[in-house]
Amino acid sequence: MINKIFQSAADAVEDISDGSVVMISGFGEAGSPIELIHALVDRGAKNLTVVSNNTGSGNVGLAALIENRQVGKMICSFPRTANSTVFPELYRKGEIELELVPQGTLAERIRAGGAGIPAFYTPTAVDTPLSEGKEVRIFNGIRYILESAIKADFALVKCKSADRLGNLIYNKTARNFGPVMCMAAKTCIVQAREIVEQGKIDPEAVVTPGIFVTRIVEIPHPAHESQLVLENRRYPWI
Amino acid sequence: MDIVKTNSGWDRNQMAQKVALDIPDGSYVNLGIGLPELVAAYVPEGREVIYHTENGLLGMGSAPETGFEDPELINAGKKAVTAIQGACFFHHADSFAMIRGGHIDICVLGAMQVSEEGDLANWSTGEPHSIPAVGGAMDLVSGVKTIFIITQHVTKDGEPKIVGKCTYPLTGKKVVDRIYTDLAIIDVTDAGLFVKELAPGITFEYVQKNTGVSLNRYF
Repeated sequence: MINKIFQSAADAVEDISDGSVVMISGFGEAGSPIELIHALVDRGAKNLTVVSNNTGSGNVGLAALIENRQVGKMICSFPRTANSTVFPELYRKGEIELELVPQGTLAERIRAGGAGIPAFYTPTAVDTPLSEGKEVRIFNGIRYILESAIKADFALVKCKSADRLGNLIYNKTARNFGPVMCMAAKTCIVQAREIVEQGKIDPEAVVTPGIFVTRIVEIPHPAHESQLVLENRRYPWI
Repeated sequence: MDIVKTNSGWDRNQMAQKVALDIPDGSYVNLGIGLPELVAAYVPEGREVIYHTENGLLGMGSAPETGFEDPELINAGKKAVTAIQGACFFHHADSFAMIRGGHIDICVLGAMQVSEEGDLANWSTGEPHSIPAVGGAMDLVSGVKTIFIITQHVTKDGEPKIVGKCTYPLTGKKVVDRIYTDLAIIDVTDAGLFVKELAPGITFEYVQKNTGVSLNRYF
């Protein structure tokens, strides 16, 4: 019988090892799987390549993972936001690598990774510094650059509801990168606010079909990153 | 005697109002972070405009009342917003398919520099110690049908932002359609930059003096 439910965040991230490529959902704190990230901080895997739109804020969540020196490279579109200090400091010191990707290209590269498409042409970033070294091709008189797919060993994703088969629905703008990241990772680990009985999610309303999901952990009351930042909290908790 | 008032022009809200007047009924619009966000407040009555925010919402409403903010209902600037009746949520690849697939009618963005040919620089100064961050700007300028720029005419140091050639790294080449500044509204055309409207008390000569490239006028 298929049962993707894990009892704890720690169990769910147990096999994330050094050098893994890890996708982390979220747009700022909306959709960021903070409990799974903290479990990965506890796990201590190093030299990770992390694919995420931002680089976290304060000293919790993704920022804590970076501060704990577990991330060798970030692939993201917007590495600085309000209260984002950990990444900028390490970047200025040359101690973390950055691959900057336009946000839509990032989403599409991840989607392509999950859909078996190795690369695609896009007009985004043509004639800008972010197209340097990329193949250019003209279709119907317009110039496009070749962008490659991104795949991951693991995805850490937050959603609202899941069933034991891994069907997911999300909450408002916390959906963002979750669905495409679920598709693009060999092992997709999801934290859900609630795990519901099979059949409770309307098949017409399923956003991520269960086939893309490997593990589910129920986290009924996820921490609010902005609240923790406001309180100057730091992970690991002290 | 100098009777021409040359040191004022439109304020931020009046600039936003000018942009809003040029958004047709029924448009799907994406507003950039900061000054462009003001535009939403000035859409004339009787026009229905649907706002897209690239983090996955079509039908973005105004900011919620204090105490009703939802950290999972935000805009691209990561500020709390609301969703109108009839709004919908979607994932990032769909959201950027709306942008990159040419489905969004108008995008209003800020600028560091705009060139005579409509090149836009608005994401990086290119300085060695700056943290480069691009977000969705390059996707928007390459995919949205019409790009409006709303910006102060000159920098804080008084340097022209409308120039012959951008010195900052480009966001996109030949992408800007119209520029709204505190001094004037300027169209980007194949024949060069054309002043369409001057702010009250502002002369064409004054606008020209504060612009890094030759301007034309329709009137």
